[in-house]
Amino acid sequence: MSSRLFVFIVPFVVIALFWAMARYESKLAHDPNHKGYFERNGMTLGLIFIFLVALWTLFLVVLPYLYMVVESFHPRLPLPKRGGPEDYLTIAQYKSFFVSPSDNQWNTNHMGAFVFSLIASVAVTIFNLAFCYPLAYFMAQVGSVQKVRLLMLGLIVPYWVNEILRAFSMRLLLTSKGLINQLLMWTGLTDAPIDFLYNNTGLYLGLSYGYLLIMMFPLYNAIESLDKNQIEAARDLGAPWWKIHRDVVIPYAKPGIASGCTMVFMLAAGSLAAPQFLGGPNTLWFTSIVYDFFFQAFNWPRGSAYAFILLAACMVFVLGMLRLFKVKLGEAIR
Amino acid sequence: MSSKHVMKGMLAFYILIFFLYLFGPLLVMGVTAFNTPNYPQAYPFESFTLDWFVKLWNHRAMMEGLQNSFWIGIGVVAISVPVGLAASIMMNQIYHRARGLFYLVTVSPLLTPGVIIGISTVIFWKDVMGVTDVTKALFYKGIVLSILGQSSFVAAYCLLIIMARLTRFDRAQEEAALDLGASNPQVFWHILIPFLKPALLSASVIGFLSSFENYNTTTFAILADKTLVTVLAGEVRQGTTPVLSALAVIIIAISLLGAIIYELLKRREETKAAQIKENARLAERGEAV
Amino acid sequence: MSAGVDLEGVTVRFGNFTAVDNANLAIKGGEFFSFLGPSGCGKTTILRTVSGFLDPSAGRVKIGGQDMVGIGPNKRPTALIFQNLALFPLMTVADNIAYGLRVRGIDKKTRRKKAGELLDLIALPGQGDKLVSELSGGQKQRVAIARALAVEPKVLLLDEPLSALDLKLRQHMRNELRAIQQRVGITFIYITHDQGEALTMSDRIAVMSDGVIEQVADGKTVYDQPETSFVASFVGENNGFPGLVAKADATMAVVETAMGSLRGRNPKGLKDGDKAIVFVRPESLRMGKGKALEGFTAAVKNVAFEGNATHVFLQGPSKKNITVTIGRGQGGDIPAQGSMADVQFDPDLALILPEGKLARE
Repeated sequence: MSSRLFVFIVPFVVIALFWAMARYESKLAHDPNHKGYFERNGMTLGLIFIFLVALWTLFLVVLPYLYMVVESFHPRLPLPKRGGPEDYLTIAQYKSFFVSPSDNQWNTNHMGAFVFSLIASVAVTIFNLAFCYPLAYFMAQVGSVQKVRLLMLGLIVPYWVNEILRAFSMRLLLTSKGLINQLLMWTGLTDAPIDFLYNNTGLYLGLSYGYLLIMMFPLYNAIESLDKNQIEAARDLGAPWWKIHRDVVIPYAKPGIASGCTMVFMLAAGSLAAPQFLGGPNTLWFTSIVYDFFFQAFNWPRGSAYAFILLAACMVFVLGMLRLFKVKLGEAIR
Repeated sequence: MSSKHVMKGMLAFYILIFFLYLFGPLLVMGVTAFNTPNYPQAYPFESFTLDWFVKLWNHRAMMEGLQNSFWIGIGVVAISVPVGLAASIMMNQIYHRARGLFYLVTVSPLLTPGVIIGISTVIFWKDVMGVTDVTKALFYKGIVLSILGQSSFVAAYCLLIIMARLTRFDRAQEEAALDLGASNPQVFWHILIPFLKPALLSASVIGFLSSFENYNTTTFAILADKTLVTVLAGEVRQGTTPVLSALAVIIIAISLLGAIIYELLKRREETKAAQIKENARLAERGEAV
Repeated sequence: MSAGVDLEGVTVRFGNFTAVDNANLAIKGGEFFSFLGPSGCGKTTILRTVSGFLDPSAGRVKIGGQDMVGIGPNKRPTALIFQNLALFPLMTVADNIAYGLRVRGIDKKTRRKKAGELLDLIALPGQGDKLVSELSGGQKQRVAIARALAVEPKVLLLDEPLSALDLKLRQHMRNELRAIQQRVGITFIYITHDQGEALTMSDRIAVMSDGVIEQVADGKTVYDQPETSFVASFVGENNGFPGLVAKADATMAVVETAMGSLRGRNPKGLKDGDKAIVFVRPESLRMGKGKALEGFTAAVKNVAFEGNATHVFLQGPSKKNITVTIGRGQGGDIPAQGSMADVQFDPDLALILPEGKLARE
């Protein structure tokens, strides 16, 4: 049986597993208070819910991922040859990340791009955190209700503009004929226009710009729930402002910080728009490489393998973040 | 005392820089929408024109993309809100050990880079729908795949939004309705859904907006079709006229309008709530006599 | 139309915890029946079992003679008034009241009419279009009752409905509830921890403690002739003097207590050497010494004036608190704080019961 077909057995296994767990659970505690699921919702509704959720989790989430992973273990074959004798499991696609298949040398291009993307994403994350923190704190604890509402609106309105347009607008500013260069030359700081796109400044700015709000909200929510009295108490005890932040605010806001950093990192690492429009000709962004495999090389298995590598890196980062901040997954989402 | 002033000054300066960073590029782009040169240019400002807005209206590809984006958004909401509702109800009732795993699976699309969702959607459904020629012709379309791909994470948003409201539901109301003779479906439609209405509404709005502006996933799933966003991306890549700037201006205008309307509605709601509270207080006083 | 409720050996267990232990009870149709007991005694559990939200671990619930096993709360001829009322906040008052009719498929016109009638019954005419949140506590109370009555239940179950109201309102509502019950004539099953409510409103009371029904009788009997030490100490104020039975005969007995030998009625037929408690109500104790009556001496700790009565708090040698209540018009000397005082009582007003669990004070 084709390894691809194997994936379709998963739904049945999962459903059987849940069934078994439900039977086991009902036998475990005969608690007269614990009304069964079908008793509480009725048969029709109960079945409809299960059907919808199964449809979603299985067919829109789990199966496509599994299928992609399976695909990444296959060689690239034109349509007629799939399922045939040449269609066997292989880790060639993953190998290609390390050793370029075209010349059997170390694939420094791709590996370099991978490392660069991760490091750049981390840098952007840190910058966003530092840049957003003061405003988040101000809005959450210091500002008056009126001001905060106004600021909030002011933050949200730019984000209604699509990320593509925002990247575009950033590019307008940074081109050699753009406003920034004009300003620099006019004030005499530089003689010739600086190619911001070539030296990746544009890329960093664009990435950071795109995800400011993503960092802002969790920070704001976390700090907002901190009881003002704690800060007052610390100040009353004579702590200077930086100690207050270090010892009272930041530890409390940890889930918010973790949440914001996680989301920004993931969005930056997986970003397509900013690298495509704000990167220079030499910028190689890992996600763009994946994109090219699909739309230029039509090499789906290899693209899948690379996508999976990206996913794995993100997962490692997320788990590392959670571990670092000692935060549980449930707290970090929203 | 003066250090306080310094702090205040620095704070004001910081906020200024922040919003300059946020709004600056957009303002510049806005200016280019009214400037005549073919390439978006803010300075020098040559002469004022509204031409680009007209060209925007006549831009066939963008209009087609706009339509597709709209229908995809509707489709995504139609799937995601019921699914999110079902999932949040189940999540609430499932027992503890299963809940953790369930949560992980349902929330994982939010943690996955959009490109991976897009890729996996295309790869998976291509084979599933390719099983017969009929299904392939009917369903293997950019719009369908986009709806499916986007629904995977929009449903997760809906789940979170609805859950937040659902956990505040007073089960006693459910019991009261049952006690009065309602059947389970009646309890669901008469009591639960009205209670969840605000969450369902905001889930729909957020779902639609998330779908509309999505790029990473859609760019894979849309195949040969286009959405407004993919058209934009294409334009930017190829180098463009200020038509894009005109679009940005319109979007900003709409969102400002939306923000103002939202603010007005909120104010009205607050006065209404205060009125009800006042009535209750008076009733309370009347009884004590 | 009303129906009686029968509990046959009903036991409800949650894991290892037994909330209700072998309850046997026959509640007559049309009676106002109360379950009285401290929190955690199982009365809410019984209510939820009768209404169908809980299944008994053993035993049967019968309503109107019909076994209710397998019949869910929406199919039973009962209506429940929840402790927090559970009115539907998004519906108007009239819609709340008519909800039970709506789910039965009754048309809008009839529903409006019925809601109007019930609004008149609960003295809130014309308020149907208001939102529930605009009403006062007492008004919400009445709406909850109207909503339950609208479905014409055979049994109305009330879960401590007055506990959230302030004192004056509570007393007012007690009379109202009783009046409504008598007018409508259906069976009321009422649970409360407030004895005042139970005594003033009920035809009969079941006193419960730790899942066990200690006694079922009308208010006067429960007060004057408690069956167990718990009932004697829980219902009303009571002074209990523990000791050993010394001289027992057919009707009376003497118990050797820390306050001396005390004589009282012996309805349970206790024998010499049995452990017992002599119960005398504070209002049955008199200050002073008399020849024909039983008595003892104790130190006066405190004297408290409470409007229509004065309480004298004394303490015996075992540091036990004793209360004497002297009514306003009763006369007699009020002793000074710190003095030793004589206390006497008529042995016919003293009750000797087997030693047992007492109400937590």
